[in-house]
Amino acid sequence: MIGLTHYLMVSALIFSIGLMGVLRRRNLLMLFFATEVMLNAVNIAFAAISHYYHDLTGQMFAFFIIAIAASEVAVGLGILIVLYKKHGSLDLDDLATMKG
Amino acid sequence: MYETIAFYLFSALTIGLFLVTIMSKNVLYAMTSLAAGMVLISGFFFILGADFLGVVQLIVYVGAVMALYSFAMMFFDATKNVKEKNTSPALIFLLGGLSALALVLMFAAPIYNDSVQALYPMHEGVGNAQDVGIVLFTKYLIPFEVAAVMLLVAMIAGIILAGKKMDQSLTKDTSVDDEILTQKDAK
Repeated sequence: MIGLTHYLMVSALIFSIGLMGVLRRRNLLMLFFATEVMLNAVNIAFAAISHYYHDLTGQMFAFFIIAIAASEVAVGLGILIVLYKKHGSLDLDDLATMKG
Repeated sequence: MYETIAFYLFSALTIGLFLVTIMSKNVLYAMTSLAAGMVLISGFFFILGADFLGVVQLIVYVGAVMALYSFAMMFFDATKNVKEKNTSPALIFLLGGLSALALVLMFAAPIYNDSVQALYPMHEGVGNAQDVGIVLFTKYLIPFEVAAVMLLVAMIAGIILAGKKMDQSLTKDTSVDDEILTQKDAK
């Protein structure tokens, strides 16, 4: 039988995958994909807790996370296009202008 | 029984597809596997009885967000592989795995006990969409409206940021156009 722990473990694994992607990626578009993976992992955990405690609050938070992810993508892609016009690449090492 | 099979199938496929998203050097492969993983995550929501959330996941993530990514990909050159300079992958794997697990344990440990009381309990015999609608439009009305305003602001910001200098091509070499123009002038 599948319990809450199973879902939380899967969610933790997917979140770890996303965090590794955030640490590993140097391309900004790929970095955005990794953040989407992390947001989805959190949504799984919210839906699972909502189901096993018979509470709708988890699903509500998942809805708002989806709304925030949608607006994040809209603004982020606009910024990516502006950066690409300015620098001609999306590599983070090329974009680093503040050298300490 | 079916729930068990579906859970293990979906989790194995989702983790595999997201690993492809993280590891792939090709933007197209990464985006396609991310979209497929999001479809499978909506499968998780359907197993968990959150039908409305699953449909919203399908419409918003797989429909809107991935379409937006694929439109944005047309601005950048997606056919060539992404070159990334990685310093030490093993250290990143270790650090990423450890810090993610620590974060998840930190946030999950206080929640995961028996003293949690349902704040807005689900009703028996009422569909999930009706239940969600009642709670969303009574208890969470102000966050809902704020989210609507936030989406409007994001839309305006996206249009303004992406709409500057739309007449110039990003990937095409502009010197070719100049050569054609000078040839025309010479004629």
